[in-house]
This record gives sequence, C-alpha cells and structure tokens, in this order.
Amino acid sequence: MSVDAGNTRSGRDRIDHRLILEMVEPGSSVLDLGCGTGELLTLLARERNVKGQGIEIDDRAIFECVARGLSVFHDDIDTGLPEYSDRSFDYVIMNQSFQQVKKPDTVMREALRVGKRVIVGIPNFAHIISRCQVFFQGRAPVTPALPHEWYDTPNLHFLSITDFIGYCRGREIEIERARYAGERRCVGIFPNLLARTAIFKLRMEQ
Amino acid sequence: MKAVDNEMMETDKHISLVETRYFTFAQPPAVFVLESGEVIGPVTLAYEMYGELNAGRSNAVLITHALTGDAHAAGFREGEETPGWWHDMIGPGKAFDTDRYCVICSNVLGGCKGSTGPSSEDPKTGRPYGLKFPLITIKDMIDAQKALLDHLGIEKLHAVVGGSMGGMQALQWVASYPDRVASAVLIATTSEHTPQQIAFNEVGRQAIMADPNWNNGDYYGGSLPDKGLSVARMIGHITYMSDESMNEKFGRRMKDKRQPFKFSPEFEVAGYLHYRGHSFINRFDPNSYLYITKAIDCFSLSNGKPLHKLLKGIETKILIIAFSSDWLYPPYQSQQIARACKMAGVDATYCELRSNYGHDAFLVEFDEQTYLYKHFLEKVPDERRRR
Repeated sequence: MSVDAGNTRSGRDRIDHRLILEMVEPGSSVLDLGCGTGELLTLLARERNVKGQGIEIDDRAIFECVARGLSVFHDDIDTGLPEYSDRSFDYVIMNQSFQQVKKPDTVMREALRVGKRVIVGIPNFAHIISRCQVFFQGRAPVTPALPHEWYDTPNLHFLSITDFIGYCRGREIEIERARYAGERRCVGIFPNLLARTAIFKLRMEQ
Repeated sequence: MKAVDNEMMETDKHISLVETRYFTFAQPPAVFVLESGEVIGPVTLAYEMYGELNAGRSNAVLITHALTGDAHAAGFREGEETPGWWHDMIGPGKAFDTDRYCVICSNVLGGCKGSTGPSSEDPKTGRPYGLKFPLITIKDMIDAQKALLDHLGIEKLHAVVGGSMGGMQALQWVASYPDRVASAVLIATTSEHTPQQIAFNEVGRQAIMADPNWNNGDYYGGSLPDKGLSVARMIGHITYMSDESMNEKFGRRMKDKRQPFKFSPEFEVAGYLHYRGHSFINRFDPNSYLYITKAIDCFSLSNGKPLHKLLKGIETKILIIAFSSDWLYPPYQSQQIARACKMAGVDATYCELRSNYGHDAFLVEFDEQTYLYKHFLEKVPDERRRR
C-alpha cells in the first residue's frame, strides 16, 4: 500500500475543500460523514484547528485515516447517528456523500440534529456538460464531477442545485450560505447550469 | 552463499534469542489484594522484553495475551524451535517496532507459564494451590501488570495492546488507569462476556471437571485430567475458526490411514482437533484453564451501567479492531465499545477487517494489522515531548 500521510497538497488544491474550509470557524468540532481517506479532515485540522471525527464505510480508506492520525469509525451513515446527542458538533459535513446514501432524507435529519450546522457538497447533475450529454448523445452523463459509469457508480441519487434548494425549502432547512464551483473556479451566475459542484451551509430554520 | 546471506538478513529482521524474566512482589508481610478482597502473596510474573526502554521510559508497549497465551510473544528461547506467539508482529521494523519501542509481555496472574497460578506452590502448605487458589479477575491481571511496570519504572505506557482476553485487559487498563496509558489497541474483544461466550467456556470447564483425574483440582504429581482438558481445547478451537476457514483448511477430506476403531477420527478436521487437544496438556494446566476462563466470563467492564459514562473524560487514544468472520467475538461487540467511545468523546477509531480466519485472525492476519498498528502508534504523542 502506498499511502503518503503527509501529502495533503491535493486536499488544499480541491476547490470544494477550499470552499468548505471558508465556512468553518477555527477551533470548532466537526463530524465528517463519509470522510473517505481523511483529506478534508486533515486540512481542517491543520488550517482551522478543528477537533475532527469521521465516519467511513470503506475499510481501505480508514487505513489512510489512521495513518493521518484521525479518529474514524467504520460504519454506515445510513444507519443513522444514534450514539450522538443533539447538537454535539459545531459542523456535520457531508461532502460528496449525501447523494450516495440510501436514505438521504433520514441522514439529513440526523445530521441536522447532531450538528449545529451542516455543510453539504453535491455534484450538480444539471451542469451544462451533463445536459449536453443527455440531450445530444442520449447517454447518462460522465463528467469530472460525475466521473462514474452508470453501472459502477457510488451515486444513488442524481440531483441538481435547483433540486437541492427546493428540498431545503420543503424541509424548513435554512441555507445560510451557498457556494458554487466549476472545475477550478467559483461560479457566480447561473449556478444550476454552470457549476459542477455546490457547497451549502445549512441549519434548521429557527 | 547467497542463500546463507538471505537467511542472515532474514534473521536480522527478527528478534533472535530471548529470555523469560521473573518479577516477584507482595512478599510477606505484604500481600496482593484481589478485586474480591481476598489476598495472595508472594506473586510472581513471568515476562519478556524486546527492544530498549528510552531515557524517559516513555516508549513502552505492553502486550496483553489471550486465554492460552504467555509471556513469550516473540523471538526464540534457548533450545526452542518455535518463536513466540506474535513473532510476526513484534521485532525490528514490524508492527511493534523494537527499534522504537520497548515491548513487554507478561504471563497473566492465574496462568501456568511462570506466573503465579493454581499450579504454583501455596506458601501455606508447600504444595500446589489447586482449588485453594482464589478466583481472579481481569482487573487482578492488570493490577499485577501494574506492579511489574512500577518495578520497571514505567510511569506511562505508550500503548497497551491485546486481542481477545488481551483486549479485555487493555480495555480494563484504559478504564482503571487512563493516566498510565497514552493509547490502547483493542483487538477482537468485548467489554463484557455474552451468554454464548460464557456457554462455550462452561462446556470447556465441565469437560475438565468431568475427567476423573481432575480430582477436585488436586492432580499435581499424579495422572493429569488430559482428556478433559483436551475436549475443552477442541471446543475452543472450533470457536476460534470459522465455517469458511474450516472448509478451506479441511474440507471433507479423510485422513490417510483408516483407524481400527469405528469412531476414530477419520475426517481431517477431527484429526486436527484431536491433535490440538492432546498436545495442549503439554503446555497448559487444566486448573489455570478453569480460573482464566472464569475470569473472562465474569468480565463486564461497566457492570450493567452505561459504558460511555465509564469512559467519559478519558484521554487515551483508542484503536478498536474486529474481524468480519469472527463469530466468537463478533464485530458488533467491538462496535459497542466504539459507540461508547463516541458518546464519551474519547478519541477512538474503529475498523472491521475482512478475514476468513474467524477469531484466530488476529494471530494470523499480519499485513493489515501491521499497517494499522504501526501508523496508529506513530501518531500517539510522545509524553516526554508533550511536557
């Protein structure tokens, strides 16, 4: 196994990670649902001095988390977060994992219960390239933000930025902040057409 | 010549000759007070050390062994051909790197490999204790280890590591003396024994006690209850393997030679169990088996109270490992410890490793364990530097 624990450069370079970093207050506590190899948690620990914890379903990814010195639990976030009490974290993060769970609605409710705020990162299914692939080629889109073939994708739900905003409205979830990004840069206008990924900072409506 | 070089390089990477040492405490008039309130003394612990203690004595890793393990965890003893029971995990560059850490392993109290147990001489009678030996607990085992660490001048362990019953000891260390353990690795273990686990141990104990040679535990110097111990060991071995690993290892294969007796073991799996059972008497005392399994069965760390309350405020870093095919200590028991850690806010990591080897996996699956433990231990802050 070639794991370079010290190498987090790629984490710093990821625009979605940078946008999340901007949303997190220094010194806060973070629970990362679907933390993968722990790149984001490592970045947050270094740049924001957060007290982080992760949940991840892939054992190989956990190996890398251990090498990074992170605190991670091998578990399925679909089974909920029953052992965490209400508002026990400043932030619960679901970056690129929200669309991969079986029951996003249940997981979101749990995240909003356990975290004072929830930060969600989703790939935008309605990005212009995806739309073109569907419209002109008549095929399920394969793009940098949605890199998997239909038969081999961890994504169970395909949603657009507009879908997600509508979902939040229907659930009385307040979107405190939303940032949109292309491959390398932020996107300001027509995000549902031009953004590949979106990062939302959420909390329950007061 | 090349082969010799290779071989030398090979032995270079391993611990070679090791020696078992002995430490005796609670000499009269002092006594060792057990959790039950009973007292014994003197108490001897057999232990081995691999690697050097650093100047601050902050690099000690205590390995706690399972039911039938002993202090001989690595290397070769004079005149012996088989290495210690975790030889592949302990040594230069290995999971528990003896170039960095001083690894210590001691035989548990109640054992029969050099530590005081039911086969030791009772100072009151000059004969082996037998059933006069008091019942012991997991807590008593670690209290004896604590006495050893005090003797060695080790104030705080870099890590305490154990699988199965060793994991119970490691967990007990964390709960009882959190300030003395910087980190703990709990492998294929539980925070309390379940009815199924107790049941298997009970059958093992009954097999021993049903052997006429057992003679109420007073068999030293006479015929040993080898049949009873052998059956107990066979049951144990069944629970340490898995359906998959048995299929893989034995299938329905028959032994080569047909035996004259109708019920001679003709399947390979039966022969294997017989072999394991029969050879066990050469290395294990039946009374120790009774006492230690009883200690395991009585183990319930939080004793009915919520486990997380017990772990609250503990700063020990914890790594919890379970194996997918382990049905004796199933992953859910490790998850319970992990959940309690989460609720208590303890810095913990849990990972279930895929393996077909059942409970035995922690003694045979080395690659993943090595990677995990090595990196985990590296990230545990050194106490000296912290101060």
